[in-house]
Parts: sequence; C-alpha cells; structure tokens
Amino acid sequence: MEYDKEFLQGLYATMVRIRTFESKAEELFLQGKLPGFIHLYIGEEAIATGAMANLRKSDYITSTHRGHGHMIAKGADIKKMMAELYGKETGYCRGKGGSMHIADLSIGVLGANGEVAGGLPIAAGAGMAIKLQKKDDVVIAFFGDGASNRGAFHEALNWCSVFKLPVIFLNENNQFASTERVQETTSVANISDRAVGYNIPGVSIDGNDVIAVYETVKAAVERARSGGGPTLIEAKTYRIKGHFVGDPTLYREKSEVDEHWAQEPIGRFERELVSMGLLSEEEKKKIWDAAKSEVEEAVKFAESSPYPAPESALTDLFVDDAGYDY
Amino acid sequence: MREITFSEALGEAMYEEMSRDPTIFTYGEDIAKQGGIFGAYKSLLGKFQGRVIDTPISEEVIFGSALGAALAGMRPVAEFHFADFLFTGMTAIANQIMKFRYMTGGQAKLHLVLRGPDGISKSAAAQHSESIETIFMHIPGIKVIVPSTPYDMKGLFKTALKSEDPVICFEHKMLYGLKGPVPDEEYYIPFGKADVKREGKDVTVVTTSRMVHESLKAAANLEKEGISVEVVDLRTLVPWDRETVINSVKKTHRLVVAHETWKRSGWSSEIAFIVQREAFDYLDAPIEKVGAYNVHIPFSPPLQDFVVPDYKDVEKAVKNVLGGI
Repeated sequence: MEYDKEFLQGLYATMVRIRTFESKAEELFLQGKLPGFIHLYIGEEAIATGAMANLRKSDYITSTHRGHGHMIAKGADIKKMMAELYGKETGYCRGKGGSMHIADLSIGVLGANGEVAGGLPIAAGAGMAIKLQKKDDVVIAFFGDGASNRGAFHEALNWCSVFKLPVIFLNENNQFASTERVQETTSVANISDRAVGYNIPGVSIDGNDVIAVYETVKAAVERARSGGGPTLIEAKTYRIKGHFVGDPTLYREKSEVDEHWAQEPIGRFERELVSMGLLSEEEKKKIWDAAKSEVEEAVKFAESSPYPAPESALTDLFVDDAGYDY
Repeated sequence: MREITFSEALGEAMYEEMSRDPTIFTYGEDIAKQGGIFGAYKSLLGKFQGRVIDTPISEEVIFGSALGAALAGMRPVAEFHFADFLFTGMTAIANQIMKFRYMTGGQAKLHLVLRGPDGISKSAAAQHSESIETIFMHIPGIKVIVPSTPYDMKGLFKTALKSEDPVICFEHKMLYGLKGPVPDEEYYIPFGKADVKREGKDVTVVTTSRMVHESLKAAANLEKEGISVEVVDLRTLVPWDRETVINSVKKTHRLVVAHETWKRSGWSSEIAFIVQREAFDYLDAPIEKVGAYNVHIPFSPPLQDFVVPDYKDVEKAVKNVLGGI
C-alpha cells in the first residue's frame, strides 16, 4: 500500500470513533436514555471515512437518517452530537432536531435528513452555488439504496449532469430500504448502472474496503473540482444492525448477518494493517481507548447538560419573527 | 407619477436588487430565454449573464436546490411556473425549506425566494388555476407575500430579496398586465403591514391579490347605494397585520374576508377567528367569507365564472353583514 502509516491509522481511527459512538448510542437507547429513534451506521464506517478523507472543511456534504458516521468523519463535535441525541440544550440543534436532523454548517454538513433522498436536491443547490461563486469546492451527497428509487434522485442526477455541477452522488447500498431488500425493489443489479441514463460516470465498489472508497471518491472529487461534473458511486455494504435500534429484523436470518459480520470494514482493515506491520497491538489499543474515552466524555457532557427550556420551542423558526403568530 | 405594469414592477425589483447583490440568481422553467411564461422577467432578458437560468422540469430540485444554494451562501430566487406545480415539488418546501432552520436549532439563514403565478386566468382549468397560499400560511416556516398592485409588488419583492428568511410570493396571473403608479425613488415595503386601499365606515373587507380589485369595484358600486366600505389589503399573510384589521373592525363593526381560494378552511377562517376573539364586542354582525366554491376550477367560461368569486360576491357579502339591506 503506497500510503503512509499515519494516514492509514487515521482512517482506522475515524472508523473506530464512529463504531464506538454508534455502539454507545445503541446501548444508551436500549437503556431508555435517548428519546425518539436512531439509525446506526455500524458496518458502513468505511464509506464515510474513505470518502471524507478527500474533503476539505469548505466542501459540503448532505447526509441521511443514518448520518452519525458522516458527521463524525467530516469533523463534527461528538459532544454536541451526543447532547442532541439526548435532546439537550447543548446539542447541535438545541434539542429541536435529534439524530435525524443534525447539521453543522460551520464544517459544511448541510444536514442529516429524515426524508429518503431529501438531501439530493439540497446537494444540487450547493453545487449550483459553488459554480456561481467560481470556487473549486465539491459536494458529496450520501444516500441509501432506497433513495435511488425516489424521483428526487433521478431529478438531481439529471440536473447536476446538465449543469455539470461538482456533486458526487455516493450511494451506500446496505442492501435494505427499511425492511425491504434492494433486489426486490430496484430495477437494476447495480445502482451505479443508473448513471448511464444521466450521461455521467458510474461505478460500483466494495463499500467495506476503506481504501477502495478513498481512491474511488478521490477520482470523483478531482473530476468535480476541475469542472468535470458529477459522478455516481455505489458503495456496496451491508446493514449489520436493524433499520433502527429495536427493529425486530423479521426479514432476515441471523446467519446472514453473521456471514456479513466477517466482512465488516474495521476488522478487515485492521487485519490488513496488522499483516503489513502498520498497526501494533499497542497502537490499536490506544486508538480504541481514545475513542472510548472521547465518547464517554460526550456522554458525560450530554447527561450533565440541561434540557432546553420548554418555551424555547418558540424560537429558531425565523431570523425575523416580528408579527408572527406562534 | 409614472405608471408601470405589475410584471414590470417585479422586473424592476429583480433588476435593482440583482445589481446591488451579486449573490442573487434566479432560475426555473422558461425564464432565461423567454422571460417567464407570463413575461414577468422580460426586463432581465440578456442581462445578468449566468444568473438567470433555464432549468429542467424538476420541481423537487428547483425548490430543494434553493435551500442548498442558500446554505452555501447564495440568494436564490426559484420560480414555480404555476402555483399548482408547487405540489409537484412540495416535499422540498414543506419537509426541507420550511423545517430546516427550526430543526437545526437556528443554524441557518435561509435567504431564498420562491415566486410565480397563481390564481385563475381565462379557462386555464383545474391544474393551472390554483390559489394555494393558505397552505403556506398553515405550515410554519415561510413568509407569504401576496401583492395586488405594481407598487406593492415592487416594494414587497425588494424586501423579499433582502430577507434572511424564506419567502414565497404569489403573483396573480390576471394582475401581470395591470398598470399602476410606481415612484422612481427606491422604496421597500415591510412585511406584516396591511394597506388600507380604500377608507370606509360601514363594513371592512379584508382581502389580497386579485380580490383587492374586485373588492374596490364592489365598494365603488356600493357607495352609490350609500354603503361605505373599507378595503384592507393584507399584502402579506405570514406575518399578517392583525392591528390594522382589528382597528378597522373596531371602526366599522362589520367584517367580510374575501379571497379567491376555496371558502372552506381558506385563510379567511383564520382572520375571522382572530377577529371574533380580539374584537368580539365590537362586531355587530356575523363575519362573512367570500371565496370559491369547494370544487376545482372548471374549464368552461360560465362554469369558471360561477365557481370563482368576483365583485358581485363581495357586494352580496357586504349586504349580508349589513343585515340584508
């Protein structure tokens, strides 16, 4: 592998941070500490990590309902994320959004999104802005396999192709749209095949291979930065957990999950790094311990933070709310 | 004072603000080369290279991209072509634009404008005739402007182009050609300030858009019968000018609310509710509503004329609140 050790360990550490955050979120949810519902990114960490390693702070992403991993990889503050999951005043959205609506405009995260494919038109708009501003930033629009069956996906691909916008459509095909299998709901074997209809490059890759994701997205980002327009990338992965925490997963056998667990991206990358002598036991332990204490700190921060004042529900709708009927 | 059309007033507002603010750009169907389906952008033709853009017929992206462009620092003005087609891309408005700032705890300033024609024209039929401003008043998260004259169109739209909140502007198709006085000097009209288009003492008619003109015609006719009608043009529905309406009702003691949209659950219901609560003791008669019958806008001219309200319906409603004079 032609990458230096620091870079590779950095990818590993980001995946570990995401996994640790998600495992903790699951535990907290099952303990009844988190309201609402959450969607976990466990098993898909390589995609956010490999993709985001190509981005700078000024680049944008649009995320999904399964967005914690994207946030962390783009550089979000884990404390503010955890506080938002708790519904606390110190959370990213001051308790108004929760897991599915976390955004951080200061690092270019234009929102997780509770609507399947909801982020794709937003990504197209950010792409238009970049082009009008004559910048060389890019947008990565993350979306799931289910989103590729929505009109917004097709409209956005055509739009970005027509205007040659710097938008990378990064499909996370985790095989399930809620409880439905992708092959039972989707007309193509590879979601990237749909790129043909929009006259843009499309490629399918192993989404559990962080280096493959990094390299594929790198080419797409370079193309977008230099005015070459959008790319559709399908990163094939597997949703290890249910659609949401608490999903009884009646639609699959445990043996199927076990089979895929053997291919989950962190263990796989770890084995590679170890076999190449790029990750010692000690380094590995340090990375996991650091992630664990960072997440524990975040939990402490969240738990010790106050809930928002009930009447603060009547803020944040408008910048100027003069004359507004609440 | 010089007179220009409603459509020219919109063009002037766009021209002045686009000249001032390089982040404003506008896009939609049939605008860059044609100047809009009703010619609203004719004065922008050939100007602002690259900032007036024809797009695919992709409503969800037309609206949703306005949010993305605003988040990325631009000030988009997206055209919806016909108000009916707001439904086609409605999720991008109702689920994304209108919720974004609130959901994210006030992180964003959503300086974006959605604009386009609404209302009836000559037999455009059910899918090109809607007045659906009430829906945008019902769902929180966007400011709603409904101008009735060239003067208001220009002043309100210039304010919209400086707003830090999302704005939707409904321009009635029958008004684009309407001429009216517009000063040479620059001016802005704040949101939430109604305009008393005609003073009167017997009955207040609260209205907007095309129905302002129908109400003024009704008032002129009724004056001949000795009935004095005050016509209050709300100009904006979110926010709406409660104070002017209540004060007018306190003076006249009778209220008619007139709009082109359906009578059932139209925004008149909200105005009527607030007025009965805030000025109950001042009312001398039940409040009347004027609106379309609760069916779709039919094609054939006599059918359309029957369903959609005009000055005669306003006259009838005014007489009703006066006790059937």
